[in-house]
Amino acid sequence: MIDAFYNGGLHLFSGGWWTGVTWPVVWNLIKIVVVLLPLMGAVAYLTLWERKLLGFMQVRHGPNRTGPWGLLQPIADAVKLLTKEIIRPTAASKGLFFLGPLMAIMPALAAWVVIPFGPDMALANVNAGLLLVMAITSIEVYGVIIAGWASNSKYAFLGALRASAQMVSYEIAMGFCFLVVLMVSGSMNMTDIVMGQSKGVAFGGVFAETFVAWNWLPLLPIFVVYLISGVAETNRHPFDVVEGEAEIVAGHMVEYSGMGFATFFLAEYASMWLVSILAVIMFLGGWLPPFAFLDFIPGWIWLGIKTFVVVSMFIWIRATFPRFRYDQIMRLGWKIFIPVTLVWLIVVGIWMHSPWNIWH
Amino acid sequence: MDVKTGFFYMFALVMLFSAFRVITARNPVHAVLFLMLTFSQAAGVWLLLKAEFLAIALVLVYLGAVMVLFLFVVMMLDIHIDSLRQGFWRHLPLALGIGGLISLEMAMVLFGGFRTGDAPVVPETVANAAGQVVQYSNTKALGTLLYTHYLYPIEIAAVLLLIAMVTAIALTLRERKDSKKIDPSMQVRVRASDRLELIKLAPTQAPQPVEPEAEATTEEPKK
Repeated sequence: MIDAFYNGGLHLFSGGWWTGVTWPVVWNLIKIVVVLLPLMGAVAYLTLWERKLLGFMQVRHGPNRTGPWGLLQPIADAVKLLTKEIIRPTAASKGLFFLGPLMAIMPALAAWVVIPFGPDMALANVNAGLLLVMAITSIEVYGVIIAGWASNSKYAFLGALRASAQMVSYEIAMGFCFLVVLMVSGSMNMTDIVMGQSKGVAFGGVFAETFVAWNWLPLLPIFVVYLISGVAETNRHPFDVVEGEAEIVAGHMVEYSGMGFATFFLAEYASMWLVSILAVIMFLGGWLPPFAFLDFIPGWIWLGIKTFVVVSMFIWIRATFPRFRYDQIMRLGWKIFIPVTLVWLIVVGIWMHSPWNIWH
Repeated sequence: MDVKTGFFYMFALVMLFSAFRVITARNPVHAVLFLMLTFSQAAGVWLLLKAEFLAIALVLVYLGAVMVLFLFVVMMLDIHIDSLRQGFWRHLPLALGIGGLISLEMAMVLFGGFRTGDAPVVPETVANAAGQVVQYSNTKALGTLLYTHYLYPIEIAAVLLLIAMVTAIALTLRERKDSKKIDPSMQVRVRASDRLELIKLAPTQAPQPVEPEAEATTEEPKK
């Protein structure tokens, strides 16, 4: 059906010098929209789910007035934010002030180009997929810096410096986690990484094709470091001192109003989804079912369930832990996570050359 | 004309424009941001050349790491644009001369191999040692070359970078005697008994016997 649709479109746009240009561009735009629309919906409803789950954990109601069970709350929020006045400080840098939020959200969405939703379901099945994700998410920090600088406010600038230092620091620990995963997978291709987890050579293959065979168990320290780095990299609780509610007020987005602020908000939630789905793909077996007999349920449903669980864990963490101090955050990233990942890198390297290698 | 040509012209135009703006932008921060844009467009052109790994490495290393530091430094500099622009016309002839010389040298090097043969084409498939046709992977070829022929240079570069990182961490490990900093691991390890002492008290105290002396003194004035 997809092929028929593609050929039909090819026919529709044929006839001139523009044939080779227009339809491939339009076709790819269609594919991007098909991926991004559900993603934006998921981002919007994650805000509702966060409030509901926090309410449940703190034994109170979440939002429950707008629509049935409060389901229209994200839409109401969006309408409210859209109708708010957009204010730009007089001395702010004109173009960059509006570029900031865009630079924050664009990488969080662009990285989805290599995320596989099934064995053959990705916008681009790139060989260097993991590296591409790292490259794209490393641009995310510019949104923060540009926003902080362009606001022409000391508070915003300080917030931007703190935020970007934190994001860059945890990117290093995350990079080492990626490195260990691609060492055991022998590939940077996301599909290969998932397929490599279905082999289950450990324990004489007793647990092959069950959730024990996935990467999270043999690489448990790396999995934990990745999850915590992910929380820190997305500036989520308990690492949300970026906003510095006690010292500086609301960080790099302090001068933004209405949709500008909302874009930063959406960027945070979009990167939460991204970090979660990467955790699922690298450590939790992607679209693989936890037991082989559950094969009849389509892979993308498993992927969705797992990602949803990981995202909910972010909210669980927020409901549970007290906030870290800024120097504690930097210490954790540099002096604990980087040595731990480095040591585990060497351990896995030796393990892979020993007779007990389980990643053939 | 296909998609690639269109994208090439788009990347090339934006790259030329932003490269020009790097040196003409009045605000140094804007100049740095235009430099970033130039890098990203160059990565796009490399992608079109099917050098995916190099393009991604350019974005990862230069855009994601080096330029962030650059941007930090430039943002915090106190640059007066007026004083920078002084003597522009006086130095222009010399600058033009040096620029022309560099262009000439580059032209001499580059034009030797320019348009003399066919455009280089990246092969889709190649034959391996056994004579079988396999999918050609740019990244794989680069990796094979780096880890065989150029193993020592890449190992040295990697170790140097690792040392730089470990050193940066080690520099923060110094202790000052008069520092009032709190050690987080000590903080975490604290027990309730360190902060709070619980004293056992009997739930109800027996009534104290009233001392006869005190009774005597209070009652004395009445008498």
